[in-house]
Formats: sequence, C-alpha cells, structure tokens
Amino acid sequence: MATNPVRSAAVNRPRPVGPSGLNAITQWLHQNLFSSWGNTCLTLLGGALAYWVIAGFLDWAVWHAVYTGTDGSACDVVGAGACWPFISAKLQIFMYGRYPTEELWRVNLTYVLALVGLVPLMLPRVPGKIWLTAYMLLVFPVVAFFLLTGAEPLGLPVVPTSRWGGLLVTLVVACVSIAISFPLGIILALARRSDLPLIKWPAIFFIEFVRGVPLVMVLFFASVMLPLFLPEDLTINKLLRALIGVALFSAAYLAEVVRGGLQAIPRGQYEAAEALGLSYWKTMGFVILPQALKLVIPGIVNSFIALFKDTSLVLIIGLFDLLGIVQQAVASDAKWFSPQTAATGYVFAGFVFWIFCFGMSRYSAWLERRLATGHRS
Amino acid sequence: MAKLARRDGAVKQTRQLTDYFYDPKVRGILFQVIVVALISWLVYGAVLNTVNNLEAQGIASGFGFLDRTAGFDISQSLIPYENTMTYARAFWVGLLNTLLVAVLGIVFATTVGFMIGAARLSQNWLIAQLATAYVEILRNLPPLLMLFAVYFGVLKTLPSPRESLALPFSSYLNSRGLYVPAVHWEPGFGVVVASLFVAAICVIAYWAWARWRHTQTGRQMPILLPSLGVIVGIPLLAFLLMGMPLSFDPPVQGRFNLTGGIALLPELIALLVGLALYTSAFIAEIVRAGIMGVPTGQREAAAALGLKPGQILWLVVFPQAMRIIIPPLTNQYLNLTKNSSLAVAIGYPDLVSVFAGTVLNQTNQAVEVILITMSVYLVLSLLTSLFMNWFNQRMALVER
Amino acid sequence: MKQLVRVAAALTAGVLFCATPAAAQQSSVLETVKSRGQLFCGVNTGLAGFGAPDDKGNWKGLDVDLCRAISAAIFKDPNKVKFVPLTAKERFTALQSGEIDVLSRNTTWTMSRDTSFGLSFAGINYYDGQGFMVKRSLGVVSAKELSGASICVQAGTTTEKNLADYFRSNKMEYKLVVFEKLPETIAAYNAGRCDSFTTDVSQLYAIRLTLGKADDHVVLPEIISKEPLGPVVRQGDPQWLNIVRWTLNAMLNAEELGVNQSNVDSMLNSDNPSIRRLLGKEDTFGAAIGLDNDWAFQIIKLVGNYGDSFARNVGAQSPLGIARGQNALWKDGGLQYAPPIR
Repeated sequence: MATNPVRSAAVNRPRPVGPSGLNAITQWLHQNLFSSWGNTCLTLLGGALAYWVIAGFLDWAVWHAVYTGTDGSACDVVGAGACWPFISAKLQIFMYGRYPTEELWRVNLTYVLALVGLVPLMLPRVPGKIWLTAYMLLVFPVVAFFLLTGAEPLGLPVVPTSRWGGLLVTLVVACVSIAISFPLGIILALARRSDLPLIKWPAIFFIEFVRGVPLVMVLFFASVMLPLFLPEDLTINKLLRALIGVALFSAAYLAEVVRGGLQAIPRGQYEAAEALGLSYWKTMGFVILPQALKLVIPGIVNSFIALFKDTSLVLIIGLFDLLGIVQQAVASDAKWFSPQTAATGYVFAGFVFWIFCFGMSRYSAWLERRLATGHRS
Repeated sequence: MAKLARRDGAVKQTRQLTDYFYDPKVRGILFQVIVVALISWLVYGAVLNTVNNLEAQGIASGFGFLDRTAGFDISQSLIPYENTMTYARAFWVGLLNTLLVAVLGIVFATTVGFMIGAARLSQNWLIAQLATAYVEILRNLPPLLMLFAVYFGVLKTLPSPRESLALPFSSYLNSRGLYVPAVHWEPGFGVVVASLFVAAICVIAYWAWARWRHTQTGRQMPILLPSLGVIVGIPLLAFLLMGMPLSFDPPVQGRFNLTGGIALLPELIALLVGLALYTSAFIAEIVRAGIMGVPTGQREAAAALGLKPGQILWLVVFPQAMRIIIPPLTNQYLNLTKNSSLAVAIGYPDLVSVFAGTVLNQTNQAVEVILITMSVYLVLSLLTSLFMNWFNQRMALVER
Repeated sequence: MKQLVRVAAALTAGVLFCATPAAAQQSSVLETVKSRGQLFCGVNTGLAGFGAPDDKGNWKGLDVDLCRAISAAIFKDPNKVKFVPLTAKERFTALQSGEIDVLSRNTTWTMSRDTSFGLSFAGINYYDGQGFMVKRSLGVVSAKELSGASICVQAGTTTEKNLADYFRSNKMEYKLVVFEKLPETIAAYNAGRCDSFTTDVSQLYAIRLTLGKADDHVVLPEIISKEPLGPVVRQGDPQWLNIVRWTLNAMLNAEELGVNQSNVDSMLNSDNPSIRRLLGKEDTFGAAIGLDNDWAFQIIKLVGNYGDSFARNVGAQSPLGIARGQNALWKDGGLQYAPPIR
C-alpha cells in the first residue's frame, strides 16, 4: 500500500487497450504493477506468495499425487501427495452414505427432478414461472419425500434416514431448511414490523433469542431437550429434529434481512397501496414484499450460503453429513490409513462445499445486476 | 399490520356481525389473541410434558448440582481449578476460555480483515487479485471444515515433544503446543508497573498540550517519537534501576511432555487461526464496502486541500467509512463469538465443551445446563451489541 | 423441499400432542411395542463389536444382538427393531423422553444413574473396565509410568472422572484433551496430540483396529475402574424391566446349559428339567412376563445364546478377538452368573 491504496472499483479494472497492442500491455503493466518502487516490491512479494501457494498445491494435488491403489499402503510413500484412490473408493459413501446401492437411482432421480424444476426457475427469461413454482412447492416435495424414504405400496422399499449420509444429508438438510426458513423468515419480519404489540414482541423475542445463541447450542437443544418437551408417544426422528433446529436458526437471520428490505421501502408505497384500498395482506403481497425482497436478494442468498455451510454442524450431534462422513472415514478407516488420507478427504469435502457456496454467490451477483431497476434513482 | 387501524372513520349506525369481522381493529385483536393462545398452548404443553417426563421417573432437577464436586480435569484454565472443585467453578473456567478465544479471535480477525480489505482496493492489480482470491475461497468454506483442516493439518506437521522445535527466548513448538517461559514477578516489579502508569499519564498530557498548541498556533508538534520514547523509556529505566525484578521459568523436557513454562494448546491456536481466517474474509468485504461507500468527492476535496495520500486515508476516508463498517462489523464479532462454540469439535475446553459437554454428560441435567449455557451466550451477545451501539454513536457524534 | 410434508405433519402433530400432555398416561411399554409392531432400541452411533452398521447398513454387535433378542422374544422375529443411534449426550434423555424403549449402548451401571436419572438397569451384558492404549514406540509397559503424559479422551460420563481419580490417587500429573466425538478423538491420538488414549478396554480393542497398523499400539494391563455395561429401561414398568432382564438371563442360561443356535431344535427333546423350563416345555415362565411360552426358544433360535453372540461380535470369530476373560461364565472362572429360570 505504498502510495494510494484506496481507489474505486471502476478504476480498478484494466484500462481499455490502446492503439498498439504491445505498447498497451507495457502501459497496463506499468500502471497496475510497477508504478512505483513500493508497488514493484509488492508485486514481487505477491508474485512469490502466489507462486509458492499455487505451485505447492499443484505439487501436492497433481504432480506428486497418487492416482491408483486399492488401500492406504499405495499412498504411504515418502513424498506422496494427495491420495485420490481413497476418494474414488469412498465416493459412493461420501455422496449417499449407506443408502442401499440398488436404490440409488431414487436419489439420483430426485436430483434430476429438482434440477428440472430449479434450473428454469432460476433463469429469468423462461416462461411459465407459476407452473414451475407450483411444481416445486406442491408436487416435488411429495414426490421427493416418497422417493427418498420409500413407499411400500408403490414397490419402493423404505430406507430409514439412519442410512442416509454424505452429500445427500447435506443437501436434504440445506434444501428443507431453506424451504421452511424462507416463508418463516418473511412472516417473522412482518410480525416484527407489526403495530400489534402481542405479535411484535414474541417475534422480537424469538429473533433476538435465536440470533443470540450459537447453532451448536440450538442443535444440542434439538437433540437432547426437544424429546423431553414432547409427549412419550410422539417421537421425531433425529434428522428431522436437526432440520427443525437449522431451519428455525436460519429463519431468525432471514427475518432480519427481510426486515432491512421492508424498512427501505419508501413510505409512499405503503400510502399509495392504502389509497388504492388494498388490504394489509394485499399491500404486502403485491406491493411491498416484491420490492423489499428484490432489494435484499444478496442478503437472502448470503443467508442461504451461511445455512449451507452450517449444515456441517450436524456432525456434532452425530449425524453424518458430507463433512461428518469424510471425518469418520479419514479418522477410523484402517484400510485407507496413510499420512495423506486426512488432507485428501478435507480438500475433497472443501471443494464440494465451495462449489455450492461459490455457485450460489455468483448466481446472486448475476441476479442482482439483472434485477437492478434503480429503485432509488 | 402497519396500516390496519386507519379506516375507522367509516362509522355505521347498525353493524352486522360481518362488519366486525372486516374491522381491522377487531381483526388485529383477534389475530393477537390467536397468536398468544397458540404460543401459551405450546409453552404450557412443553412445560407440562417436561415435568411429566422428568418427575414421573424421579429424575433429579434444579440447580443444586452446581455445588457438587466436578471430579474431572480441564486442560486449560485461566483461574485456579482442580478436579476437587465444584461444577460452578468448572462453568467459570469454560466461560473464561470462551471469552479468551472470542477476544483474541476478534483482534486477529479484525487486523487481518482490514489488511485484506484494503488490499482488495489496492492499485496493485496482483495484490488486489490475491486478496479477492483469499476472500472468495475462505468465505465459501464451512468454518468447521477449516477448523478440522487447520487442527489436524497442523498437528500432523508439528514434531513430537521429543523433537521439539526450538524457538528464540527458550520457547519450543511441538504437537502439544507452543511452550513459552512463564514469567514470575519479583517484589520490585510493582515500581515498574507504577512507572508505566506515570509514563502513560505524561504522554496523554503531552498530547493534550500538543493539540492545544496546534489549534492555537497551527504548528504541529512531533507526536509519535516522543510518546514512544516516554512510554518505553521510563519503565525501562525503572526496570533497570530496580535490578531487573523478573524471573523466567523456561520449559524443560520431561518424559512425555515439556514441563514448566506456559503452554499454548494446539487446540487454542487452531481455533484462533480457523476463526480468524474465516471471519477475516467477511470483515475484508465489510471494510471494502465501507471504503467504497465514501463518496469520491470527499477524497478529491481532501486532495485539493493538499493532504497527503496517507492523511486522506486516515483523516478523511477511514473515519467516514467506519460509520458504514461498524454495524456489520458488530455482527461479525457476534458471529465469531458464537462460532467459538465449534471448539467442542476440536477439543478446546470452551463453555460448550466443558459445561454443555462434560458437565451435562455427568449430571444428565440437560434442561438446566442447556438453559444456563444459552443464557450466557444471550448475555454475551447483548453486551457486545450494547457496547458496539455505544461506540457507533460516539463515532457518529464525533463526525457531525 | 424434500420432506416438507413430513415436517409439516410432524410440526402439526407436535403442536397437537403438546397440547394434550394428559395423553401420556402410563400404558405398559410391552403394549406400546406390540401395537407399534416394532421395538425402538437405542444403540451406539458406531462402535465395532457392540453397535455399528456394516457397509450394507445392517446393525451388528453385542448390544445390537440384545435388542434383536428382545424383538425375537416378543415378535418371534429378530428384525422388528428400529435402531436409534445415539451419542453419549443424548442417550439418557432419549430413554427418559420415551424416544426409545430400551437403551443398549455400552452404558455403565452406576448408583447415580440407577437412582437419580429415573432409569433401571436390567443386567450386565459385558464386564468392562477403563484402560489405556499407548503407541508401542513410547516403550511404556504400565499405566504407572504415564505421569506427565497427555491423554486423549472422548467426553463420556465416567471416563473423565475415573481418569482424574486414578491419577490423583497415584499422585501423578497428566494433561487432558477432551473431544465430543470418537472420530476426532481417534484422529487427534493418531496425529500425535496425545501419548495415550483412554476409555473402556473393549472399546480400546475396537479402536486399535481402526488405527492403520494395529500392532503399533498396545493396551496397557492396568484396569482403573469397574465398568459393568448393560441394558437400561425407564423406571416404573416392572414388566418391561423383567422382559429385558430375563432376555439377557435366558441367553446366559442357554450358554450355561449348552443350548445354542444350532442345537436348540434337538434340545426341545432334552430330559434336563432346566432346559425344558428354559425352552418352555415345562411351567409357564413366558406368561409370567407377558410373552409366549417359547420366548426363550425364539431368542436362542433366532439370535443365539450369549456365547454365540459374544464370539460372533467381539470374541474369537470377530476381528476384535477379545478373550472371554471376566465375561466367561462363572463355571469357567468368569463373572457371568445368571439367576436360574426356576
């Protein structure tokens, strides 16, 4: 940060290339990397750091990695890098847990059905959004539920949730929690902005309480205390309890995001809706919420990303999500015991989580640009 | 419910039952009654079920267990603790360990976060790209995964205690942690501490004088060097005069571990590194947004007044950016404090691990233990929010 | 969006049931289990030899066999069991709250648990004790040499206290590292964070097998505590307690009488009155606990006697290869002494 570290992002982009190619490149290099002695030093330092990190990683992950083998001894070599056969041998467990192999098509079919609904929904130009939404909200959950858990009359054997694991559990927890927490968050946000004190205060209490405690405690609460609250003849399975915990937790955070959007809507919008004689729900549903939600799309997606990452915490209460199952495999699988097993496992899990989270954040940025209708200007 | 109660002007002489139903006021009250009834129903049911479940089987309840002997050990304690002490004592040990991690984590995360945030806006293309990569990689990974990777990764690379890595000042690093000499204060050390206070008062007085002079005459006095000289020099002099009243207890090799000295547990280090890495990525984004939120005109005006780039940054941009930065920064600090509960997964004895872990397991009083633990986090959150609100207001006042 | 329906249904059900706490009147556990058609059995989330799912998801282990035996006694089918994997933290509340009917998860019988937790222990299916495992390369041969060592432990309930007691009474120092779950504890020990790993000896043998080169690790001879492990039920239903207790006793008595899975059919014709009583040929012991008279026959036929189960899961025929030792029958010099069926 030699001279002027602060610049606006617009200036930060490479300048448009000038008339002569070579000249422009040197000019760009000079301006952006070697404009002063301090800057040159920084560039060299940064370059060395980048080289060290990238070369080190490639060395480990590609050049010196082990690609074939049937057990850990193949990777137990001096100077060996990543132990990729460990991942390929365990891939099914990492992806589906102990879901029966002959029933895996059900999980895959669920994924396909989800993509069929989600992808067109996410692309703004595709028509028929109402039908797609109806499909995703009404048809898909029912079909997915029976596909995953099973339905004896339809010839689908029941697969207990204790056999689910890996990415499947991560996705189920994330998707169901998102589906529950989104409407719940909106309701909580509306309740918090309500004029009715008995609606407002419970909402404030719930939101602030949940935001004040760590998710680990919420999960402990769900796994240890919740059964005590329910009568003896009602038991909720552990995955479901974790789900409820994660969903309530993320609803409180979402509520605050949505509240931010509600507060940003100018008073005139409320007054105009009222002047038209719209009822409270119509005002909210047709006028305020569409604008407010659009304003806070980045915040909402950030909440979803946080939720996705937080699903990994369910391993603390003994569920086997992707991270949990990787952790179990690297810690206690004697067959694949080698110095590089753990690192390989973590890098793999990290890569999968990263793809999902990064994808979501890119999508949100893209959507934000598309929807920028310049509310304020 | 914002505007429900506005249409009460339409008064009718004879009201139908349906009119009442459509009256926003009546509806509002009805709605509230339903919600309250629903909530009390739930709470009543939960309490009754719990009492049923617990009392039907003669399960112990109440907070009396806090006075019973804990009987287990804790690997790190900031206050004297032994396994013959009570569960209440164990609770305080856990709480202090949580606070330690939270405070240190906040310091590290803030430092790194501000550096990365500034680097993202650097004129240097490469530095900006590196900072972007840092942010994009770290904030899209689950914190728990990072803790595992840091903890087990670091443990694997560190040498065993018998082949400890020797560091300067008779410190050692091995898979059991970082060992530094313990410092013992001897009698004359009070004088050194006192002289430090005296030096601090001198420096503050000098600042006040320099500022006064600056506003009166417009001449700037050198601040940094004289202050440093006083604040280091006076205590150093006192230290030498009193005959160096400090002694060190360096770590010594035992059969399994190093003994003596102070050990920083690898769990603590891993937790700090993991939390700081994760949170710093978010802080960097907040800092970047804050700096970019300051209108360019401010910078140009400052430059037009002839301020140097460093002065522009420190006197014009940062103070204004801080107003944008502080509210989301508070949230990150709260998140870090709450994320410190992930300690339970990597064996650091924080509140969740000690109290909601071992104590809960031993006493089996889940309701009481979880209630206490949750309340502690709630209080911590409220205190942090209050402090940051106060700080935010101060910042805002100073600026306007 | 999967399971949305189920969540909604469960939440609604939760709300409804919450509001009718009076519905939780004491109906007998046996009735509940029979009408449900399934036994809910709490087991370990994964401990080889005692309770762990294999790669196909079938639960195996000594504790699991006990659940299957109870199921066989009630339903004449060892598979009418829903296994509920539980962490150490969850296990007692799961039982107290009625989430499970019986807890068979290497749980130590102690006085406080028997008296103030609202639980009843039905017997002892494994006599265990806490021990230490160390890396062979350390050259340690006795726990008495462990002064100053770092020790990894999973947050259990009796483990940490035993450890503190042992080191205090031997005037030794130690450094403790506690983890919430087993995989992290193992990983830390493996990474050299600790010199020693302590837990019940049976578990040490199971864990040793997961450590890559099992021969690099030794279990020290000292046993520092008594850990009688057994099945647990809720207090307040003597009939259910009897069913669990006598299921275990029937398995032990069967071994003592030489009745096992392969010869049980021919044993039906035995003249030995003890065997005849066990297999329901004489008297009506089944009816006394609310079951059919061939309850014990079904257990032995479908699951096996205690010796069969031991050998299959933790003993000579299993990878763990633990000797019978204290768990041998009393007539072979062990501690397993079941009251007679008489």
